[in-house]
Amino acid sequence: MPTKVIVDCSTGETTEVELTAEEIKDMEAAQKAAEIERKAQEVIAAAKATAKAALLEKLGINAEEAALLLS
Amino acid sequence: MATYTLISSNVLASSAASVTFSAIPATYTDLVIRASIRNTSTTSITRIRLNGITSGYSARSLTGDGATASSQTQSTAYLYSGELNTSSTTANTFTSMEFYLPNYLSTVNKPISTIASTENNATTAYTVAVAGLSTITSAITSIEVYVGANAFDVGSSFYLYGISNA
Repeated sequence: MPTKVIVDCSTGETTEVELTAEEIKDMEAAQKAAEIERKAQEVIAAAKATAKAALLEKLGINAEEAALLLS
Repeated sequence: MATYTLISSNVLASSAASVTFSAIPATYTDLVIRASIRNTSTTSITRIRLNGITSGYSARSLTGDGATASSQTQSTAYLYSGELNTSSTTANTFTSMEFYLPNYLSTVNKPISTIASTENNATTAYTVAVAGLSTITSAITSIEVYVGANAFDVGSSFYLYGISNA
């Protein structure tokens, strides 16, 4: 059974407590949601990068030249 | 001149899903957690909760993995605090993480920053910088560092420091 550690800063005492079934369920659900969100962000970032590269190619300039134009 | 005082620490002798520093004294200006962490599984996200509260966190993060850089926005029931070493990374390597919480006794929203660098003797390793915000408007008395699934591995260490500005 997974455990959690609690450090009481007022006493310095450390206790180890087993997670409840509900805590395990909640944490696993939150983890799945976070990973889905992170993958979605990565897909968006990759799509933007691809679109940017395509546009630069269409314009016949590179990223440094585009930055110069926008400066 | 700022001074660091070690408030409490813990080095895991057995794996644990979370480490909570409770009853944090209200005698400092800022708080810092320095941790060396690794997950027992392939889960790679570290999270932090303040005062046990599960709402009101947001963050912008910048991630580099050795090949690409990306940025993300999170608004979640916890503060996203970067990547950490997983069981897929080189054995016995750990992520170095620093969590900084200024003005933790204030009664207004609290800015938070975290930086975490994974260690991996292979192509991919992550460095993540996180700019976070908590809408908690009471003094912070507890900080929980945890992973969403599985656990921090044996040997992971956590050090809580108080910073005084004089």
